[in-house]
Amino acid sequence: MSAIHNPLFTIHHSLLTPAMPNTKLFEITESPLSQDDILRRVSRADCGGVVTFAGTVRGTTATGDGERGTDFLDYEAYIPMAEKMMARIGDEVMERWPQVKAVSILHRIGRCEIEEPTVLIAVATPHRGDGCFEACRYAIERLKAVVPIWKKENWADGEVWVEGPRQPELIVSGE
Amino acid sequence: MDVRLRLFAGLRQVAGYKEKVVNLPEGAVVADLLGELPQSIVGRTFYIAINEEYARRDSALKDGDLVALLPPVSGG
Repeated sequence: MSAIHNPLFTIHHSLLTPAMPNTKLFEITESPLSQDDILRRVSRADCGGVVTFAGTVRGTTATGDGERGTDFLDYEAYIPMAEKMMARIGDEVMERWPQVKAVSILHRIGRCEIEEPTVLIAVATPHRGDGCFEACRYAIERLKAVVPIWKKENWADGEVWVEGPRQPELIVSGE
Repeated sequence: MDVRLRLFAGLRQVAGYKEKVVNLPEGAVVADLLGELPQSIVGRTFYIAINEEYARRDSALKDGDLVALLPPVSGG
């Protein structure tokens, strides 16, 4: 499993077998996300339970001045670090829920329209009671806390980069 | 020594540049770099990563490091 996280291996692999489905488990991509695709990435014969989470673009957002209509979102990521942090969340999940056999996290960047998925998470376990629901919830909470990705809200009359809830243990700037 | 400073999202927008090289004395730590940041981002909250790993104010810097200034993340 560690081999597919090696970027050299990934390039090599994609050159040799361009027709193969993408097997990267932790990926930042500009392409639209697909539930079928992430299900295939975690599918295993020894797992009968897969929980998926999709984060999608809401058409409204709460602001200090009340609710505003969103036109679309733009996402940016520090791609190599984001993929590394998502893989680390996968490791944390496996440590906390030893029955979890596979985790995949995909996040889209670039322009995302209302209702489109921006993040997909899938967790596979042998049975539904083996922690797949809890592990999936854990993964999205961790992603929102530590993975270096940012969204820009675009409205009819402006745009603003959104800052997420501050993680005190990560703050370096003087307060 | 020289470190590469890279800014993301709102911090890049406010500072008006994406990347620049900052010269620091040997033995400098992250806190020393903070004094070299543009006035426009003083007072903003951010995290720092050195070579793609989160760092602290007392983390050591070395020549060639890629230092990223990260606003509180808002993915998902």
